[in-house]
Amino acid sequence: MSAAAALPQPGCADAPVLRERGQREVFCGLTGIVWLHRKIQDAFFLVVGSRTCAHLLQSAAGVMIFAEPRFATAIIDERDLAGLADCNAELDRVVTRLLERRPDIRMLFLVGSCPSEVIKLDLSRAAQRLSQRFLPQVRVLNYSGSGIETTFTQGEDACLASLVPEMPAEPGAARSLLVVGALAEVVEDQFLRIFAALGVGPVRFLPSRRATELPAVGHGTRYLLAQPFLNDTARALEARGATRIAAPFPLGVEGTTAWLSAAAEVWGASPARIAEATGAAAARAGAALARIRQRLEGRSIFFFPDSQLEIPLARFLSRELGMRLTEVGTPYLHRQHLAEELALLPAEATLSEGQHVDRQLDRCRALRPDLTVCGLGLANPLEAEGLTTKWSIELVFTPIQGYDQAADLAELFARPLLRHAKLAV
Amino acid sequence: MQLALWTYEGPPHIGAMRVATAMEGVHYVLHAPQGDTYADLLFTMIERRAKRPPVTYTTFQARDLGGDTANLFREAVLDAYERFKPQAMLVGASCTAELIQDDPGGLAKTLGLPIPVVPLELPAYQRKENWGASETFYQLVRACAGPHVPKPGTVRPKNATPRCNILGPTALGFRHRDDVPEVERLLETLGIETHVIAPMGATPADLATLGDADFNVVLYPEVAGQAAAWLRRSFGQPCTTVVPIGVGATRDFVQEVAKLAGVPATTAEGTLRLPWYSRSVDSTYLTGKRVFIFGDATHAIAAARVAEKELGFTVVGLGSYSREFGREIRAAAALHGVEPLITDDYLEVEAQITALQPELVLGTQMERHVAKRLGVPCAVISAPVHVQDFPARNSPQMGLEGANVLFDTWVHPLMMGLEEHLLGMFREDFEFNDVQPSHLGHGAPSQSGKEAAPAAQPMPVPAAETPHSAAGAPLLAWGQDAEKELKKIPFFVRGKARRNTERFAQERGIGTITIETLYDAKAHFSR
Ligand code: SF4
Ligand code: SF4
Repeated sequence: MSAAAALPQPGCADAPVLRERGQREVFCGLTGIVWLHRKIQDAFFLVVGSRTCAHLLQSAAGVMIFAEPRFATAIIDERDLAGLADCNAELDRVVTRLLERRPDIRMLFLVGSCPSEVIKLDLSRAAQRLSQRFLPQVRVLNYSGSGIETTFTQGEDACLASLVPEMPAEPGAARSLLVVGALAEVVEDQFLRIFAALGVGPVRFLPSRRATELPAVGHGTRYLLAQPFLNDTARALEARGATRIAAPFPLGVEGTTAWLSAAAEVWGASPARIAEATGAAAARAGAALARIRQRLEGRSIFFFPDSQLEIPLARFLSRELGMRLTEVGTPYLHRQHLAEELALLPAEATLSEGQHVDRQLDRCRALRPDLTVCGLGLANPLEAEGLTTKWSIELVFTPIQGYDQAADLAELFARPLLRHAKLAV
Repeated sequence: MQLALWTYEGPPHIGAMRVATAMEGVHYVLHAPQGDTYADLLFTMIERRAKRPPVTYTTFQARDLGGDTANLFREAVLDAYERFKPQAMLVGASCTAELIQDDPGGLAKTLGLPIPVVPLELPAYQRKENWGASETFYQLVRACAGPHVPKPGTVRPKNATPRCNILGPTALGFRHRDDVPEVERLLETLGIETHVIAPMGATPADLATLGDADFNVVLYPEVAGQAAAWLRRSFGQPCTTVVPIGVGATRDFVQEVAKLAGVPATTAEGTLRLPWYSRSVDSTYLTGKRVFIFGDATHAIAAARVAEKELGFTVVGLGSYSREFGREIRAAAALHGVEPLITDDYLEVEAQITALQPELVLGTQMERHVAKRLGVPCAVISAPVHVQDFPARNSPQMGLEGANVLFDTWVHPLMMGLEEHLLGMFREDFEFNDVQPSHLGHGAPSQSGKEAAPAAQPMPVPAAETPHSAAGAPLLAWGQDAEKELKKIPFFVRGKARRNTERFAQERGIGTITIETLYDAKAHFSR
């Protein structure tokens, strides 16, 4: 830990990490389908899995809101387990029936699950085979959202990584910015306006709203990660010649400014121009945060591992809202992509990676934080023990990035505390 | 391979969890990958349980597969035993672990724990949730009560005061929480003691004493039928066959129980309101309302009887996803003169509802959504459950109060009789045009075929979706006169009239709908 002294205070880029091994209480990557199918509007997600996978999706999607959602499960049954040949034939039959029913589909993702991985059903071959059959109408891709390989948001990573080879090649070395990671449309539009003011462009997004209109990629592509969980996608983009712009993540005013500035600097924007382009929105967001700060300042917070957003969120909550960090758990710590975040994180935080849920619950109970960020399985039991909680899942379903969402994000953490204070029953 | 959009039942280990979570002193170690931990939220969010389900998941990962997943399982069992100190343990595999064949039962046995360890074999690629619950309960009952089975031929002494067990209520069951006290009350009136209620609230030690009762009340055959059959064989305990949902069934249940207990059949029906409410004049309008029923076998069959005999509806469709109870469903359907629909494909159910055009749907949360889209009133009668199916108030389906609840919840979505007349009378008045009856304010048919997410749901997902009918329908126009005439039809049947007329026109290749078409269609569809 001698290196720690050399770091700018209060950074903890080299801080020790508690590595945990035990029961994980996190969703698998299939869950990403719940927001991805809404983001990519002409795509359909077909999980090739078990009744458990279908039940997970149904439970994770809350209720059956949609008449016919753009996702489904091809449930493997006993007959399929008898032989892979039959299993492939069955898959083809299911896909054919599905595409007949849904002529609006332009891209079909075959999503692998634990059972399909374990029986070694080769979905990439199946995707090729089915693509040949259904192109040009429908392109068929595949990725794995299985729980033995992906944790929650890593499903989005796997999905986006599968799209990278489909992106058209950018001819020449013309510079463009690619923003990577699913964002709400309102957030995309805000960023587009600011990038325009910064002279950064052209700006493209992965995923695009339509799978048939994927952005081009090439040696001139500079990419900014909008989400911290996109390892494989980043690697695939670099293989296509793109270069990452290192930055913290666009959560809170500080994060958003740093994130935008990182791109602006590549495009040669002067500090004055950056200040001009971001100043008004940053000030507005700062004022909105100041009102919420009094409700959060000095309060302690504990993160159970969930979305990999934990470290950027902890950075935001401590630096901009004055919360006290206790344990910050993350399912997976990618030091390279999080280097800028870790440098900003106060040293008081205990980082943990992986999970042993029972031991972590013991630590949480011992600390009795003012606010605990956790998954849906833990929230009510902790509330019943008198701990105030925030469901982490909301953080991936709600637009939280950018200046104009900074206060909404803070509000998500303030509301449970406010409610706790308000209730007299 | 089956294409599933939504499923009525989860995998069988969810059934096992429903049993384990309902009980005290039981812990379930499930060999499963991390994603399977989603199941916890069913209990903590949907049912709002204040405790985590007593389940440890091994959450093995891909990198463990080449190595020692078996050891991971052993360690998880030992850890769980140390930490939770259960009286009995369940061990088993979810779908993925079933494929890697680690044999959880065998592994757990080698650990020599000082408590009963019950291995569960729940074939995930073959069976479903209710089967899993039934099998788990049966195995637990056998493991706990088995050592107390008397020698064959032993005559069990009757208890001085007749005593029974109540079997079947689980966690996450549709109103199980409220049914149990209702049934206990019926038994109490008869002077019958309740010995053990299981699985809900029972410990393994309680299960060990099941044989001390004189007979068993089987509230939910889907869960408890198998265990009750074993108890009959092993302890000579008879069991009930009637499920007391509705007035008639409750009376039959009282008769049956009284006979089993050897006591006179008495009930105190002072609080029962359904019969009078159903006879009161305002209910005349309920007569012959066409109702479609779908749910688990127990609730669907019971609902058909109540609908027909106690509310005066006409059952036009009856079905269930409980394939294990196909025989019972077929018999009930024959009784009501309809074709049984036995399927777990929700699209098939949707197609059937669309074709039958019922005036009321009694179904699960899935049928509620279908009905909402079609603009048909609906009440929920069965699992799969939703957070709304765990109301804060007491809301049983069984017994006397249960019958009252059925009247309210099934009639509420319909138009009140007097109101229907008034609206018919004043329909020419512009004030009455396109108003919604106030009590339907929250249940108005959704015009666009979508609906906003209900307020309380496990995860907030903003509602918006491309309409699912993508195939282009041939062009169909309404003539001005016909359109005007349509407006004269009371709004609460207008949507249906419009749909019927359009369907009628489409089937006959009529391009423009005239007043004639409208009335032809009306004549065609009036039954
Ligand atoms: S963890 Fe595996 S088996 Fe479980 S739901 Fe996820 S993909 Fe399916
Ligand atoms: S609530 Fe209002 S609209 Fe509904 S029946 Fe009563 S009076 Fe009529």
